[in-house]
Amino acid sequence: MDQYTLNLIVVGLSFALYIGIAIYSRAGSTGEFYAANRGVHPVMNGMATAADWMSAASFISMAGLIASVGYDNSTYLMGWTGGYVLLAMLLAPYLRKFGKFTVPEFIGDRFYSRSARIVAVVCLIVVSVTYVIGQMTGVGVTFARFLETDTTTGLLIGSAIVFLYAVFGGMKGITYTQVAQYIVLILAYTIPAIFISLQLTGNPLPMFGLFSEHTASGQPLLTTLDQIVTDLGFNQYTGSTDSTLNIVLFTMSLMIGTAGLPHVIIRFFTVPKVSDARWSAGWALVFIAILYLTAPAVGAMARLNLIETIYPGNGAVEETAIVYEDRPEWMRNWETTGLLTFNDLNGDGRIQFYNANNAAYAETATQRGWQGNELTVNNDIMVLANPEIANLPGWVIALVAAGGLAAALSTAAGLLLAIASAISHDLIKSVIKPDISEKGELLAARIAMAGAIALATWLGLNPPGFAAQTVALAFGLAASSIFPALMMGIFSKRINSSGAIAGMLVGLITTCAYVFAYKGFLFIPETNILPDNPAGWIFGISPASFGTIGAILNFAVAYFVSNATEAPPREIQDLVESVRTPRGASAALDH
Amino acid sequence: MDPKSAQADAYWQANLRIIKISLVIWALVSFGFGIILRPLLSGIPVGGTDLGFWFAQQGSILVFLGLIFFYAWRMNKLDREFDVDEQ
Repeated sequence: MDQYTLNLIVVGLSFALYIGIAIYSRAGSTGEFYAANRGVHPVMNGMATAADWMSAASFISMAGLIASVGYDNSTYLMGWTGGYVLLAMLLAPYLRKFGKFTVPEFIGDRFYSRSARIVAVVCLIVVSVTYVIGQMTGVGVTFARFLETDTTTGLLIGSAIVFLYAVFGGMKGITYTQVAQYIVLILAYTIPAIFISLQLTGNPLPMFGLFSEHTASGQPLLTTLDQIVTDLGFNQYTGSTDSTLNIVLFTMSLMIGTAGLPHVIIRFFTVPKVSDARWSAGWALVFIAILYLTAPAVGAMARLNLIETIYPGNGAVEETAIVYEDRPEWMRNWETTGLLTFNDLNGDGRIQFYNANNAAYAETATQRGWQGNELTVNNDIMVLANPEIANLPGWVIALVAAGGLAAALSTAAGLLLAIASAISHDLIKSVIKPDISEKGELLAARIAMAGAIALATWLGLNPPGFAAQTVALAFGLAASSIFPALMMGIFSKRINSSGAIAGMLVGLITTCAYVFAYKGFLFIPETNILPDNPAGWIFGISPASFGTIGAILNFAVAYFVSNATEAPPREIQDLVESVRTPRGASAALDH
Repeated sequence: MDPKSAQADAYWQANLRIIKISLVIWALVSFGFGIILRPLLSGIPVGGTDLGFWFAQQGSILVFLGLIFFYAWRMNKLDREFDVDEQ
């Protein structure tokens, strides 16, 4: 059976499974559509949260990001997992006790203000729409590489599948599909990693293999990797070159941004009890950690494999590189996608791969007759090409295709639900037509979902050129606007509506301003007013790290404005009191 | 302050204390051992690199896991001690 047929069968089977779940779990009420009737087991919810949270970026790109830089990109590992500690202790149990359906609803009720709710809806939509673009393009790319369709067809098939289970099943359908998608994606991620770890170190667990002896060179894997990358003029893999301040602020932005993402928070509304919400956050991190502990091993091992393919030899880089005509099959496969390109600058028919931007290394390169780096490798290949590099059987390659699609579709569905419920529940039910019936609201939610899918598909087909950069903005906004408002709403009785609104606006505006100042207004090239490089950044703080500063400004402004104006009314203080105490959470079920 | 709200206040203070201790550990293993204090740990070798690198790529995640499960267990117990658990 050829690879294409195998890919088609495995991906087809995974889709059949998702459709089966869609038919089985249709939502009959708004409670089911928004929160799966709060009947999801905490372990199940943990699994669904893991799939909801781990996007195409986590599955496809993260290991490559770590591989290309090394230690400095540990920020992603700590940031994207550390946020769950904040979620578990500062937000999830209390918001579950509050017992409503959306994140803006809490902000609106706690700060007794429709304006606060609308500001929160705006933040939610900006964050979630930005995020969904990346998922849709991920679906298109995976289809194009593994199923030989064009990107448009792939995207339309993906959207149709999401439509089936999200429009009919709402949160209920999404939850059980996400559980299935988690299983597909985690198998697809770990199986190739286990084989690669065995081949390089003899240790079947990648998280231990990373710190084990590299069989071929007889010394620790990371020592070998440090040697061969520095021999090619790259920065040491385990060393650090970024400023410590920027690393700290970026990690913090990712942490509080993660905790403030509405599509993740609403997953915790689906469990029966407050105590379940606490356990569930732990289970979510267990399922996430299986991938996140494997990713740095995948990154380091893929980098080592790549360099050793180009410079065959036992760990030490030899001056003679591989002849282009003798390159392995997987390099030929990926060349056709354009994610791997070779340009024979010195015309010797061999592949020279090194850091041509390192001035200190230029002399060595010239002596060897190298006239520039001849191979460019897109980071995303590190995960997607792994099974081919390790010579694994065809079904593993097919599984990786299904895994990439599962990661992108599960996150897209969670985001679309957050958007749809904000529109039907926070705008239509609360502002535009408060007397809408239960059935009417359910219909509105389904229509909003269909509309959100159409918008996401359109954005996936016509991705704005700035799609990749906007992810920094999404985390920055979640960190600087949503997270502080939620936390202050729970942990302070003194913060009032003026304080919260002023805080959110300041967080939102300063973060947008800082990002736009370096990246260009609305990311339009050439409209940036300051140079986007470490020397141009204020105190060396990169635009992606500014979320932390925005959050600090939000907290400070909310505190001072609230203290200068009058305290919230008695019933709001009682509301805070009740959110802090678990008893009575299940009573809020039939709200 | 009536006894009922004094009780609620004591429950909340106990929760805050557990959160504070947990977040100090959370910051110590990630921002501390993984980033700022890494030079201090450079003398402790772990598999070809140092302990700070291990904390940045593995250790912090494992500690986060421990913290969340500890918090869930401790708070669910605290809920019962203060008789505010869900029935």
